[in-house]
Parts: sequence; structure tokens; C-alpha cells
Amino acid sequence: MNASIDVSLGQVAAALALVALAAAISFWRRADLERDIAEAAIRSFVQLTAIGYAIELIFEADTIWLVLVLLATMVLFGAITARGRARRVPGAFWPLLVALTAAGATTLGLVVALDIFEPTPRYLVPVGGMVIGNAMTAAAVALNRLGDEVADSRARIEGTLALGATAREAAAPTVRRALRSGTIALIDSTKTTGLIFFPGTMVGMLLAGAEPADAVRLQLILLYALLGSVSIAALVATGLAYRNFFTPAQQLRELDVH
Amino acid sequence: MAGVLFELREIGLSRGGRPVLESVSAEFPEGATAVVGPSGSGKSTLLRLLNRLVDPGRGTISYRGRSLLEYDPLALRREVALVPQLPALLDGTVESNLRYAAGLAGRELDAQRCLSLAGLGPAFAERDVGELSVGERQRAMLARALSQEPRVLLLDEPTSALDQAARDEVEATLARLRRELEISLVVVSHDPEQARRLADRALRLEGGQVVASGSLEEALA
Repeated sequence: MNASIDVSLGQVAAALALVALAAAISFWRRADLERDIAEAAIRSFVQLTAIGYAIELIFEADTIWLVLVLLATMVLFGAITARGRARRVPGAFWPLLVALTAAGATTLGLVVALDIFEPTPRYLVPVGGMVIGNAMTAAAVALNRLGDEVADSRARIEGTLALGATAREAAAPTVRRALRSGTIALIDSTKTTGLIFFPGTMVGMLLAGAEPADAVRLQLILLYALLGSVSIAALVATGLAYRNFFTPAQQLRELDVH
Repeated sequence: MAGVLFELREIGLSRGGRPVLESVSAEFPEGATAVVGPSGSGKSTLLRLLNRLVDPGRGTISYRGRSLLEYDPLALRREVALVPQLPALLDGTVESNLRYAAGLAGRELDAQRCLSLAGLGPAFAERDVGELSVGERQRAMLARALSQEPRVLLLDEPTSALDQAARDEVEATLARLRRELEISLVVVSHDPEQARRLADRALRLEGGQVVASGSLEEALA
């Protein structure tokens, strides 16, 4: 798997033609997305270039500590970003931080322990970034759904508390639905992978000149790792966050969270 | 002389900065007490205070002479069962709801007896709660509360969604429960006539304050 490919800045600049096309479509159909498209193009250039240099530094330094610092930073920003999508969940930050940490640590720990990848920056950085990014999306979707579900099911939750059920028991159906919604997107896309779309790693490896069999195997490893990590992230995030809707006396809090 | 179930002293509760209950002091003896008043007067909130679904911001509440805070809230809620206004059954059949509630209270379930006490026929056990009319759901909620064998029933507008025939049936059911099981009732109602039919005493709330309490004649005059 040592394929490499040279991509010049000129080629990147040429690809901007497609960004211009997207902006033109927006302008033509008055979708009012030109600014957003421009911002997306510029931010992706700046952010990816910066992370590219950071990864190069980390590869050259070849020390595990820098990898851990990078992954911890990703977890932190992931939790902050996901919190923005879980506005109806009180105190969502800590559950998200713990969820992303658990998902990243467990998944990377397992792929190293099972001898799938070597514990070196070249493997841990890209796999870790992918795992944490997907875990963030899953946890954000799950908590977003949790907030909506609790708001919609207040009567039912309180009706169950009124029977003497614990907060955990009263919230169980809600937590279950939130957990499902956090993981179902990846499960569905994993089912259709190869049929309806080609996943990114495989595309990247094929473009870089790798053998198709290698590209497929690496892609499968990553898909399986992602299934594990998004499940952990959604489980931990929902399992911790639902508690914030309740008081220690097993009461459903009155919330004005918007 | 009936013993005192609940005693409220100077209860105050605000939500979103607005007072819902102000300086409410009241006693609820054993038997049946109605809480009447216009909508928004704090009746439902008062009911939810009695089994600690919500705690007051100020003041104290006692149940059978002990502060509510001394009770385990879960055990309290099984003894003092609340039947909320909005039917809030769990997905599944009526019987699975009854079984869940009875299990929480550690009781053997006699589904037929609970259904019959709530005025529902035996065939309702297998019915999916999604297929029930609002009136049937309200009665299924009552049957579910009864499966826990509570000593006090807190009923929030128990007939609000019913037509007159169904309302008469539920009222007859409640009267029978009092007679046969000696359950005490606290009934929230916006209808003073219903309070007269169901209760021995009443408490009238307006704007979160007690404006009258005592016998039906005194409170509903």
C-alpha cells in the first residue's frame, strides 16, 4: 500500500471550475448560496492546508505524543461543534466530550490491539481523524433527536415517572430512538457501499494508484471501525445526556432551552 | 374525624419568572377533595406537587404528617398515583401498560379487576393503546394507576375529553373506588358541578392563590 501520487496546485486551481459552476447554479436559480459556497471553498483550502502541514510535522517528528495532542484537539472541537446541533439538550458538552473520547480511544485501541494497524502516526492520524469525525456526527444527530424526542414526549415521560419509574426507565424509549437515529445513517450507507457510492478511502487509494483489492480491504477495515465508533459515540452521548433532563428527585426539569 | 393526608404551608412556585402558585396553604383530609378554578389558576401544578413531580420554590408540604422530602419519591408516587390530564400510555397493549405499572410497584397484576374497576371490559386487555379513543385512554390510564394499588389518586381533569355518557361512567367509577377500595381522591376540575358530585370538600384557586376552601358550600359558593 505504498502508492503515491503527485498533485500540483495548478490541478487544485483547475478544480475550482466546479466550485464556480456551483456558484453559478446558485446565482442562476437564486438559491442565495454563493457566499456560503465561497466560504466553504476558502475554509476547506485553509483548513486542509493547515492540517496537511500539521500532519507532515507529526509524521516527521514520529512521536505518539503529538498524535495524541492532535486527536485530543479534534475531540475538543468535535464536542463544541456537536453541542451547537444539540441545543435542546442541557449541558450537552460533557456527554459529547466523553462520547468522542470513548469512541476514539476504544476504536483506535482495538485496531492497534488486534494488530490491524501499527501504532504509528501514519496510521493513527488519518484513522483517528476519520473515527472522531464520524463519531461527532453520530453523537450530534443522536443528541439532536434526544432533545426533540424529550420535548415531544414530555407527557409520556412524566406519566411514566408518575408511576414511580426512575428517570432511566421513563427515558428508555426516548433514549433508544435517539441512539438508533445516531447510528442508522452509517449503517444504511454501509449497506449500500459499493452499489450506490464509492467511499472516500477507496476512491483516494484508487486515484493514488493502489491495487483495487488493497483499496477494498482497507476500506472495509475503516467501515467496520466506523460502525463500532459511531455506536460507542451515540451510546455514551445519549446514555449520559438524558440525565441532564432530570433532577436527582427523578423529576423532569422545566426547560427553556432553545 | 378523617386524618390529614396533605398539608401545604405557604407554597410558592414560579416558572420562567412568572408566579404559578403564591402563598398557598391548604389541608387535604382523607376522602375526596376537589381543586377547582379557571384554567391557568395553578390547579395542575398543585396536583403535581403532591407526588413530587415538581417541588415548590418556597414553603413546605407534608403527607401523613411527614415532610414530602422525607419520602423516597419513587415509593411516594406508587402510593400517591397521579392520573394526568393528557393520556400518556406507553406503546403496546393496555395489558402491557398495566403489567409495567404493577411491576414497578411490585404488585401481582389482576388485569381484569383493574379494567373492570376503571369501567373497561375484559376485551380491552389485548387492545393496542394506539387504537383507543381518548375516553378509553383516560380510563386505561386510571386502570394502570389502580394496578399499583395506590392509597391516594390524584386526578387531573379526569373527564375533560369525554362526552356526557362517558363522563357519568367515570364519575360512577370514581365513586365506586372510594366506596370499595377506600381510596382518597384529589380531583382537579374546572367544573364546580363535577366537584359537587365527586368530592366532600373543595379548594378554589384563582391566579395561583387560594380564594376559598373548606366544605363544598363554603368553597363553591
